[in-house]
Amino acid sequence: MLRILHDTKIDFIRLWKVTTVVTLLFILPGLIWIAVSGYKYSIEFTGGTVMQVQFAKAPNVGDVRSTLDQAGIKGAEITQFGTDLDYLIRAQDPRAVAQQSRGAESIATEIQAALTKRFGASAFTVQRTEAVGPKVGGELKTKAIYAVLFSFLFTLAYLAWRFEWRFGVAAVIATAHDILATLAYIKYENLEISLVVVGGILTMIGYSLNDTIIIFDRVRENLRKRQKVSLYDTLNRSVNETLPRSVLTHATVFATLLALALLGGEVLRPFALVMLFGVVTGTFSSIYVAPPLLLWIERKWPRPVEGGAAATSRSRTRGGAPVTMSR
Amino acid sequence: MNSNIRNRLLIILVLVAASVWALWPRTITIRERNPKTGEFHDTTRTRVPLKRGLDLQGGMYLALEVDDSKQAVQDKGEAIDRALKVVRNRIDEFGVSEPVVQKVGNDRIVVELPGIDDRSRAEALVQSSAFLQFQIADKTQALDKALGRLDGVVKQLGGTTLAAASKDTAKGASPLNLFSAADSGKAKNDSSKGDTNTVTATGGPFSRLIQSGQMPGEYLVAKNDVPTLQGYLDRKEVQAALPPGKALHWGSEDVSTGAASYTTLYLVDARPIITGEYLTDAKPGNDPTEGNYVSFTLNNEGGRRFRTETGKHIGDYMAIVLDDRVMGRPPVIQSAIGTRGQITMRGSGLQKTQDLALVLRAGALPVPLKIVESRTIGSSLGADSIRDGMHAGIAGVALVVLIMLFYYRFSGMLAVSALVLYVLFTMALLAGLEATLTLPGLAGLVLSVGIAVDANVLIFERIREEMVHGKTMRAAIDEGFKHAMSAIIDSNVTTVLTALVLFEVGTGPVKGFAVTLMAGIAASMVSSIFVVRTFFLLWLNRTRGAQTLSI
Repeated sequence: MLRILHDTKIDFIRLWKVTTVVTLLFILPGLIWIAVSGYKYSIEFTGGTVMQVQFAKAPNVGDVRSTLDQAGIKGAEITQFGTDLDYLIRAQDPRAVAQQSRGAESIATEIQAALTKRFGASAFTVQRTEAVGPKVGGELKTKAIYAVLFSFLFTLAYLAWRFEWRFGVAAVIATAHDILATLAYIKYENLEISLVVVGGILTMIGYSLNDTIIIFDRVRENLRKRQKVSLYDTLNRSVNETLPRSVLTHATVFATLLALALLGGEVLRPFALVMLFGVVTGTFSSIYVAPPLLLWIERKWPRPVEGGAAATSRSRTRGGAPVTMSR
Repeated sequence: MNSNIRNRLLIILVLVAASVWALWPRTITIRERNPKTGEFHDTTRTRVPLKRGLDLQGGMYLALEVDDSKQAVQDKGEAIDRALKVVRNRIDEFGVSEPVVQKVGNDRIVVELPGIDDRSRAEALVQSSAFLQFQIADKTQALDKALGRLDGVVKQLGGTTLAAASKDTAKGASPLNLFSAADSGKAKNDSSKGDTNTVTATGGPFSRLIQSGQMPGEYLVAKNDVPTLQGYLDRKEVQAALPPGKALHWGSEDVSTGAASYTTLYLVDARPIITGEYLTDAKPGNDPTEGNYVSFTLNNEGGRRFRTETGKHIGDYMAIVLDDRVMGRPPVIQSAIGTRGQITMRGSGLQKTQDLALVLRAGALPVPLKIVESRTIGSSLGADSIRDGMHAGIAGVALVVLIMLFYYRFSGMLAVSALVLYVLFTMALLAGLEATLTLPGLAGLVLSVGIAVDANVLIFERIREEMVHGKTMRAAIDEGFKHAMSAIIDSNVTTVLTALVLFEVGTGPVKGFAVTLMAGIAASMVSSIFVVRTFFLLWLNRTRGAQTLSI
């Protein structure tokens, strides 16, 4: 039997001061940066036009840019997309978007016409076009904000039902930490906020919560089994006991995400990156944020003396785990 | 115990059989249009019943709304319902396999055209109003008579540059004039300003752009002058000065004399003698001398009207006007025409002719529609995406398999073989739900492999702990599964909750991700727990009293 990190007795919780400083050092500058300069949003949210063009032979980017400038396409952004033959042309200027009077696709038609005029129709193929009107973009933005809020509320409600409130609050704050850290990470990586990235954030919320839940599940069980041990030790013990599982699960998910990030193509990369970071921060918070928080909450609002088991047994495990074990 | 195992195996067998059946390639019938002849025919194809999203197979997505920028639309909901019917008819006749045309919310139509990446054509097909009118060409030279007046108005508006003209009117609408509704009053007020502008035009700014054509009511405009003239015609003041009871339409055909190329402009009676609402059928056709044409048939009432009206206008020219554009040269009416007629398409290709016949047949759009969102994905890009997704999936799964085999050995092998069933179940679920597999969906599938394995990791770790506690093999396995359950359910529920929210919010591709993730979780509950447990039971049965387990 191959074992890693078996029967470890690491005092994770003792490190809480250091880890708090580390995580604040990561999150706060990011949040300040976001407050100052905001995010880059994809055209799904702002409205605008994106055209993915594949040239027959590598073009001069300056040439493409001046062609579009001359055609009067305001503030078009041209970026390489994968190979040096593929380019992404992004017309996201708010004034231009507002002028899509003849319909969302009018700018795409203009871009294509301008490129055809300059390079000829056979010099490039349009691989993909996305044109979004300002109204649709605005709607989606509202929806995305609601999505993050709702999934947060749903998981909160589930936790409240599933665990005793002290556990729930700790898990929710740990998740909030993960969201903030991910938002900062997105800013550091200068990723564009697209629907796929929002999907990544939501999946990350679910995933990082898993981790916390699995540790808390163990904490609850250990509290029942050994009522005389201090909470501090129980928390540490539970983290240590679930460590092999955490390492292994994260290794497998990390492997699949890494494959997606490296091989999955340009469209999926932002999603994979967000999730990869989510795995890291989720692990971090389930070990260094949630347990110390729980400890702090328990000290601030201690449960009734005889109540350790009583309070937790209110939320009985679904899988029918036996409450008592004869040892 | 033996019967227990037998029952379990039976259930797994049934599930596998059902999954294989759900995924078995089946023949489906698709109505397709022959691109050459335009005729429909049914073809059958055999394929796996898994729908691929537009981002994987290429195609177009369009979202349309009522365009009320030009005219107010009272009941948008009702208008969009009628428009939906027309758009659906058109798309059905367009001959795309498995198109989607549906209403979303109260005021939006969503159209999905798999495999179509000719953006402009599809957009024209969906958006063209297809409003057909027959109007008699003017023979009273009304425009020629009005030219003097028109020149005057244009001059008043500030000469040849439109920008200057619009600035002047903006000034003209000063507080003093705000309450004078009459356009002419505004124009008069401006005249002093307009006169100060020095316009050096020969023959007047309007009339010099126009010359008479070869038939009554026909005029020629040099191609370069078309935007300028259109600019004038867009002005209310100019519209007001046009001959009353007449309408001006551009022609669809260009005329070239020598080096110069002209666009035709027609003055016709504003009242149509008949409109396309009486049309019952339209067919594309080809004639060696006339070129491509669309022949149409009117219903009885339309035929009667047409006959009386054309009877009154024998010897006149009749313009066939589609969406405010005169199609071809107006033919002369030789005798009263009944229920049949044709629109010549001389210059246009066969495809355009077919599309025109199609939109005429499907009926006119009751309200103009504008595109609020459009996505086009080339089929080669879709194929690239599938390839990338596959590579990532294979690499990801291979890594997971390696980790599991390396760490858990024999038990890892059981988990990995359950993974094969997991993929089968997930695919079958997607096929059964008629869900669409998208590129993010592929990511969801890869990711849920990791989640499926997580359940096994939880179980195996528990079994190890129970073994350390000195339980017998059978008891350790039982307890391991039991204790891991609550953690597995918890983690799956939270993931499903977020996936549900994503499903509600997301558009096509992201919805696909949410569905795949949920299907994956459902399948993993069966494969990672039920199937792996059965494997363990089988193993226990074979090696009675085994003291060690490779885990």
